[in-house]
Amino acid sequence: MAEEKKKRITDIGPPNYEQFLPPIIKDNYGKWKYHEIVKPGVMVHVGESGDKLFTVRAGSPRLVSTAKIRMYADLAEKYCGGHLRFTSRHNVEFLLSDGSKVDALIKDLADLGHPVGGIGNAISSIVHTQGWVHCHSAATDASGIVKAVMDELNEYFTSTKLPGKLRIALACCLNMCGAVHCSDIAILGIHRKPPITDHATLKKVCEIPTVSASCPTAAIRPATVDGFESVEVLEEQCMYCANCYTVCPAMPLNDPVNDGVSIWVGGKVSDARVPPKFSKLAVPYIPNNPPRWPEVVGTVKNIVEVWAQNARPYERLGEWIERITWPRFFKMTEIEFSKEHIDDFKHAGLSFNRTAQITHVQ
Amino acid sequence: MADLPNTPLLDELEKGPWPSFVKEIKLAAQKNDMSKDLLGQLELSYNQKIGHWKHGGIVGVMGYGGGVIGRYSDLPDKFPKISHFHTMRINQPSGWFYTSDVLRKLCDIWDRRGSGLTNMHGSTGDIIFLGTVTDELEPIFAELTEQGFDLGGSGSDVRTPSCCVGPARCEWACYDTLKACYDITQRYQDELHRPAFPYKWKFKFSGCANDCVAAKARADISIIGTWKDDIRIDQAGVKEYVDNGLNIVRDVVGNCPSKCMEWDGKELTVDNSNCRRCMHCINVMPKALRPGTETGATVLIGSKAPIVEGALLSSVLIPFLKVDDAEEMDDFCDVIEEIIDVWCEEGKARERIGEFIQRVGMGNFLDAVGLEALPEMVAFPRDNPYVFYDLDGDDEEKEG
Repeated sequence: MAEEKKKRITDIGPPNYEQFLPPIIKDNYGKWKYHEIVKPGVMVHVGESGDKLFTVRAGSPRLVSTAKIRMYADLAEKYCGGHLRFTSRHNVEFLLSDGSKVDALIKDLADLGHPVGGIGNAISSIVHTQGWVHCHSAATDASGIVKAVMDELNEYFTSTKLPGKLRIALACCLNMCGAVHCSDIAILGIHRKPPITDHATLKKVCEIPTVSASCPTAAIRPATVDGFESVEVLEEQCMYCANCYTVCPAMPLNDPVNDGVSIWVGGKVSDARVPPKFSKLAVPYIPNNPPRWPEVVGTVKNIVEVWAQNARPYERLGEWIERITWPRFFKMTEIEFSKEHIDDFKHAGLSFNRTAQITHVQ
Repeated sequence: MADLPNTPLLDELEKGPWPSFVKEIKLAAQKNDMSKDLLGQLELSYNQKIGHWKHGGIVGVMGYGGGVIGRYSDLPDKFPKISHFHTMRINQPSGWFYTSDVLRKLCDIWDRRGSGLTNMHGSTGDIIFLGTVTDELEPIFAELTEQGFDLGGSGSDVRTPSCCVGPARCEWACYDTLKACYDITQRYQDELHRPAFPYKWKFKFSGCANDCVAAKARADISIIGTWKDDIRIDQAGVKEYVDNGLNIVRDVVGNCPSKCMEWDGKELTVDNSNCRRCMHCINVMPKALRPGTETGATVLIGSKAPIVEGALLSSVLIPFLKVDDAEEMDDFCDVIEEIIDVWCEEGKARERIGEFIQRVGMGNFLDAVGLEALPEMVAFPRDNPYVFYDLDGDDEEKEG
């Protein structure tokens, strides 16, 4: 007898979150009264009921194996009745109703190689993209730089000695899957040369009007090259955004010699004190230097430490820079200012200094 | 299982205190040949300073246009096990809460049919299953749905919505972010799985202005919790912070953006009519200050990363929305659907809603979707005199 064909299930959406909430959260849902940071990476939320929920936050490389997820699951069972969650910055959080077990959990996490921290005036895990691990348009790797930077900044993850929160993000190209453009420090992979058009295949794999329309500076025009129907790029108009490559594989920009990393500072998304800000250009280009990108790591660490030594309590990097002004930022961090730092895209004039209030750094 | 490839450069990234992704790939490679070839190809990228993935490729599960990102090695002869290495985006539960049981079930599927590597989670919020072959996509999808999971968005569709931890574990949540995120995700299942828009469309839900999911920076619709009434103050709690050494004048009063607070040495007073609900004072003194009780959200529209016309932050569309009121949410969804209709009709390919508004003008956009212009929508009124006066509208009023 023919087996009855199983009905194909579609469009069910995610499972309802309620089934995954620990009992203490169900009991106190929407009725939390306050929280305190007990020590780095550990906070306690107290409900109006008096119930206490301890959160232990551990850093993670984001790229995790199923073997590691199973280890997380084992820890959740050992300490939290089988419940855990992840944060928007890739940390894993264990939720304990018994505060006496916190230290044992921290020790087990340390044995797995996972530091506990990232709460309060600390750096949290770096939000990042795929890089060479899994992306076709990456101008740099993501996981490798993140690992190298976090190795150097680990002490600011596992303590709360920074003046305020520090949010670093990395995107391996301008598409910014990680939306890094509002971070205290953004590490951004960049191309620096126009696409090299594969004229022989372009017409076969792409629609010429679509390619042409994809360029934000109208630098791409239909043209016949070497007898092929293709496009030409007005190179002096190209700003290496790679939008053409996203719509057409025959326009690659990846380049082992000229690709690299730029560093941006002073952005935030929170509204606390001052409204959200974009990150601004600090270093236009650092060459790719795998496996540990020492120049990128050194630059980021220097910025963090100059800020940490000079900012007022709660002052995010961008707030500190706006108080001391940009000339002093460049002076104090010993970063060279160049013409690349001056905007020449749309509305560029809004970023010019339209005041005679100047700090006159020597 | 054969030996792992020789990876002297990647091995350097096993050192140091931060957890190592190389160790994770090696863990997976113990049992999985895809991860082994990934290790080999990545070492080559580290040597040559260039990626080795081919451009895109349209693959997916039957009836869906999103949720799977096609990926192929450009060195398939050298690394045959990753000649196909597609990503699957799996819609995460609201707030990224899991049980150990459900995590193990997901791992079982992925160990049998994929690379054994994941991202927990991708930037948008999905569970990322990193690397499988085309033939496994449909079986994986069947097993996922059997477990109650579904794919997330990709391409020009509603991207997987995400939210902060909200009322599950945060006293500052001004609305139920988990429920709102879940309800919206369920409501727009068709739009999420079948790309039909000019470009991507992101909803993000944060319970307060601290914005833990960075909604204001990257969501087309950013729903940010807020309140209308007074900050709740426990004066004894304030005194406790001061007694414990908090410099309340410098660090709290001095940081208030509207200078609406005063400390007279005994009592903290707030001129709530001038409070901007920025959260700073509450962040500093969570045991003493709390958001008010008349809560809801401010809805902002149009943020995005730079591609194509430059980065944008979201700006105010609806100053106050009672998110927890089902009827108001239905009306809100009507507004969203009107906006999406206008954008689908008039938007250009790869034009996000924020760019669309910039191109057509906010005033025209508001007219088209039937919303009123409000002073909360601008940081300041225009400072140029190039006004498009709408005299036809005036005439109609006179005639009417």
